[in-house]
Amino acid sequence: MATFGAGGATTSYEEFENTDLIICWGSNTQECHPIIYNHMRRGVKNGAKMVVVDPRKIDQTKKADKWLPVNVGTDICLANAMANVIIAEGLQNQEFIERATENFEAYREKVSGYTPEYAEQITNVPAEDIREVARLYATADRAILNWTLGITEHHNGADAVFALIALGLLTGHVGKYGSGLNPLRGQNNVQGGGDMGALPNRMVGGWQWNDPEARPLFEEVWGAPLPQKVGKNQAEMMEAVESGEIRCMYVIGENPAQSDANELHHERLFSGLDFLVVQDIFPTKTARMADVVLPAAASWCETEGTVVNSERRVQRIHKVIDPPGEARPDEWILQDIANRMGANWEFETAEDIWNEVRRLAPNFSGISYERLERYGGIQWPCLDGDEEEISDITPQEQLAAGVKGAKESGEETATTAVARKTELGTKFLYAELWGDVVERRAPFHPVDHEGPVEMPDAEYPFQLTTGRRLAFHNTGTMTQNYKKVKDPEELLEICEEDARALGVEDGSFVKVSSRRGTVPAVKARVTDRVRPGLLFMGYSFPDQVPTNVLTINAIDPQSGTAELKACAVKVEPAA
Amino acid sequence: MATTAEVAVGTERGRTICGFCGVGCGLVLDLQDGVITKATGDKENPSSKGEACIKGREGWRHVYSDRRLTRPLVRKDGELVPASWDEALDLVASKMTQIKNEHGGDAFGMFSSSRSSNELNYLSGRFVRQVLGASNIDSCNRA
Repeated sequence: MATFGAGGATTSYEEFENTDLIICWGSNTQECHPIIYNHMRRGVKNGAKMVVVDPRKIDQTKKADKWLPVNVGTDICLANAMANVIIAEGLQNQEFIERATENFEAYREKVSGYTPEYAEQITNVPAEDIREVARLYATADRAILNWTLGITEHHNGADAVFALIALGLLTGHVGKYGSGLNPLRGQNNVQGGGDMGALPNRMVGGWQWNDPEARPLFEEVWGAPLPQKVGKNQAEMMEAVESGEIRCMYVIGENPAQSDANELHHERLFSGLDFLVVQDIFPTKTARMADVVLPAAASWCETEGTVVNSERRVQRIHKVIDPPGEARPDEWILQDIANRMGANWEFETAEDIWNEVRRLAPNFSGISYERLERYGGIQWPCLDGDEEEISDITPQEQLAAGVKGAKESGEETATTAVARKTELGTKFLYAELWGDVVERRAPFHPVDHEGPVEMPDAEYPFQLTTGRRLAFHNTGTMTQNYKKVKDPEELLEICEEDARALGVEDGSFVKVSSRRGTVPAVKARVTDRVRPGLLFMGYSFPDQVPTNVLTINAIDPQSGTAELKACAVKVEPAA
Repeated sequence: MATTAEVAVGTERGRTICGFCGVGCGLVLDLQDGVITKATGDKENPSSKGEACIKGREGWRHVYSDRRLTRPLVRKDGELVPASWDEALDLVASKMTQIKNEHGGDAFGMFSSSRSSNELNYLSGRFVRQVLGASNIDSCNRA
């Protein structure tokens, strides 16, 4: 999160059990992060209220105290309207704003135009509900705001994240136990990928690529000068492939020819490369287009190493079984290529690599393999030093208050049941915003509403949004081998009214088309989860139902992410 | 510390972290003759405390899929055909060196994996910047 510096969820999972309000915004937590949702359910049992902001009537709305059925891609408008209410009613946390933030006046001015009545027209959320949830959030003692790809997979997703963070700054719901701002991560190591510097603009430990302090350190450890310019993000790389500037791609464990928006376009781009290397565990569509395919071990159970989860916890993965055939761990394949190109890397174990990370990244410097084993996982940042010194660095009175609430309700939380002598690492981020001296203030980033790039029209009258379902994962490479599971196929969710108008019945097959491509046949599921005009599809059975031939490649220049959550389509009975 | 030896093939039980979503639940894998037979939540894990969802408990079967890649493949006469590791890696290194010499680091792009380890992702960043002399690297799509 650019507002604060390093990106990551600010709270721990246990805080969901010790808070007063949980907001899930563009996050189908129950289906996409089931075990985080379990923490939330215990929080609700402990007395927390839950608010769901989602265009669909997902199952989680049944458990919620309030469901805001926001129109797809209008989240900025809704967030700004909530801020408008909070400021108009004087419910903002003025003390926190003055001590810990900057640029509030510009933000106040920006949101002054977003009255609840105006927002109701844009967002489909009744003005009174906007007021109610705004008051609920502003007056809660502790509140945690969570989001996932429903916020970020838009052409202006980074702006939407700024709009949500601003709500946290406005109310002071960040930097104390039980309050925070959490992007929940979709893959097992999204957090770690970013933390480790597999990014165009940042290096391991969150160092900016051009940080004058970091560059000499990296050049010393790596023994080579660093490139003099910032890199391209995923979307910019694809543009550079199209223009011919990028001639060679090395793709590890990703399936961009199939998982990215406007699949047919990406397929053409990949086939135009001079040289494509794909390293994966399965022959994905991208792999089938490669010049060289390198068989990898499944990292989570066939290699040694670490990953980082959505509460910033570094955890050890272990080689429990052998990889099949000649498949090898990713990092050793990469070291072999590097050395054949003259690099002289001499890592012998995953721990060797990790210890180099610790030299370069202060956030991880205190997290040794030995300590990981002892503590069963450590939340960054954890600075190196004497164990007594670095344990329990979070404010004790807040922790005590948090756990007390749960104990009084007669139920020991799962967290307190696991007794640990000390906790290394950091339970929640930005406690320093409440300290005596705030050295680095968190800025408000005022942003304006802008709807999805492609809205329904006469020719393509439906809005399609996409997502993940409980039992299935992404492009399905890892989840098509279940023995028995409910609905093991792609479904198109459509409401009864629209289905009737099209002559479509539950279980019948339909053809779905956008300006970019056609899915010839997908089974219709008539449901009240979607409203008139809105359709939903997953994307976990791409060889049968290539959902991403429909989606639009409208890229957020700040994040490189495509607007996978909104495009316009038409629906006809399948031939 | 649970070393590689303790959890190596042939033991009855191994601990690791689920490979699906970003919750990062601890899993205990039961083994029979080195083959996973069951996955359950790891009670000792400080994030998940014994819980795991259907993907964690059932999704492990993908590692035994007959679709797994087991040998390096190299494209010859338009077809991907099996090759030795040496042949595949030599080809990758020589082609990348050639492209670097002819076109410089800007001619490269790398997608690193949000499904792989920190150690791999760190080395990917180092490889791009140090070895290719490039900065075009990104991770995290929803593959």
